[in-house]
Amino acid sequence: MLRLEKLAKTYKTGDQALQAVDIEIPESQVLALIGPSGAGKSTLIRCINRLVEPTSGKVYLGDTELTRLSSGGLRRERRRMGMIFQEYALVERLTVMENVLSGRLGYVGFWRSFMRKFPQSDVDEAFRLLDRVDLAHMADKRADELSGGQRQRIGICRALIQNPALLLVDEPTASLDPKTSRQIMRLICELCRERRLAAIINIHDVALAQMFVQRVIGLRLGSVEFDGPPSGLTPEVLTSIYGEEDWEATIETVDDDDVATQ
Amino acid sequence: MSNQSFDINAKLGKSWKKPPLVQQKWLRWTLLTGFLVYLVLAYWSIDVNWARVYVGLERGQKFILAFTDPDFTSRSADIWEGITESIVMTVASSVVGIAISIPIALGAARNVAPLPVYLVCRGIIAISRALQEIIVAILLVAIFGFGPLAGFLTLSFATIGFLAKLLAEDIESMDRVQAEAIKASGARWAQWINYGVQPQVMPRLIGLSVYRLDINFRESAILGLVGAGGIGATLNTAFDRYEYGTAAAILLIIIVLVMALEYLSGAVRARVQ
Repeated sequence: MLRLEKLAKTYKTGDQALQAVDIEIPESQVLALIGPSGAGKSTLIRCINRLVEPTSGKVYLGDTELTRLSSGGLRRERRRMGMIFQEYALVERLTVMENVLSGRLGYVGFWRSFMRKFPQSDVDEAFRLLDRVDLAHMADKRADELSGGQRQRIGICRALIQNPALLLVDEPTASLDPKTSRQIMRLICELCRERRLAAIINIHDVALAQMFVQRVIGLRLGSVEFDGPPSGLTPEVLTSIYGEEDWEATIETVDDDDVATQ
Repeated sequence: MSNQSFDINAKLGKSWKKPPLVQQKWLRWTLLTGFLVYLVLAYWSIDVNWARVYVGLERGQKFILAFTDPDFTSRSADIWEGITESIVMTVASSVVGIAISIPIALGAARNVAPLPVYLVCRGIIAISRALQEIIVAILLVAIFGFGPLAGFLTLSFATIGFLAKLLAEDIESMDRVQAEAIKASGARWAQWINYGVQPQVMPRLIGLSVYRLDINFRESAILGLVGAGGIGATLNTAFDRYEYGTAAAILLIIIVLVMALEYLSGAVRARVQ
């Protein structure tokens, strides 16, 4: 349902963030993108919904070629791609409800959104989603009053209310403690399963990625270095992605966690 | 991780000093002596006519003594008229100036506007800032004649340069990711501004607006001196007639009103954080 063909991005500074990346993601597959800082994970995700303009290559969402769309067409297609951000990216001075409803902006006209008069079905859906993540009682709080984990749950609601076919998730757990990180990852993966969404999740934490996803892609210096199931991440593979280091400990903890959760 | 050649032993046991701002020693000393020489020569060049100062001191003393006995009553009608005129000018010009500033500020923020719009809006701001209020007022008085209309237009014009510039800078330094998140949902440009940008710059906009109201009131007292209406005109007349008592009364009223506005703007800014 999502296909990247020879996607490349070179920044004005001359940094080659992505070099001819080919990836194909089938319906409702959750995929983790791992790799060292600067490998191009964030750029890859942002090239898909064109928050960053790719230099060359094509992106197809279903049958639509996103890379060729005009700004109006791009706006319509962006509605089908929910994005979840590192550091949550909630608009801090808006209420929780406004933040969630901002996911519907692509569907309502300017005056309605300006007057905060969203259709009843949108408001109902917002409350249902907030209730799903146990934050319905916080609807009228300002977003900056919430804790990190709560904010990320709001960020998830904002992405889901778009009714997307694909989730683009950029380091969802980077600023969260280990327990909250797992809860957030579990929530994202559960919701993807419930709604049969495909997702690309950028993530630093290899162990966490292995715990939750069906497929892992390792990126190094803007190219795909590994593509396979989480069990394929051997010390040799991790060395090829990240460089020389003792990987036994990383993989070890994963095994322990797997035992614990089974 | 110590792979650079760094001889730690040469540094141990020696005191450490902050590197100087200007690296070259000769340049440092040239700058310093040059500055001192300039300062001495500059003070030398101001010539003071002490006889004139002696005469002026007496006049100054009379003026200051008038503050102990300000005369609010004998020209009360004029004062009242001047004050209300100033307040009307202040409020009207602030509202109009702020309303015009907001779109210009959006245009003058590089992260929101395309380059041609940016250049035009920055140009408008530059013109507004380059022309000092008094100069604009003199020009507008020549066009529209004496009275508050010239003052109102002057202050509106000056507000644009001030508010649009500072607001544009706040827009440019906003958190990009919050705005990006709104854009990613498929919002159109106006919605993006309304949800992603406006909430971030609102406290600054309110703070600057109240501050500008304060400045406009103070300026309205000056503009009267060149005939652009307001309390300044009344003040000017009082000086011309050597009515220092009335002048002192007017100045006291201005001081009280400015302090009240100062307090108000402080209170407002503290609340919107």
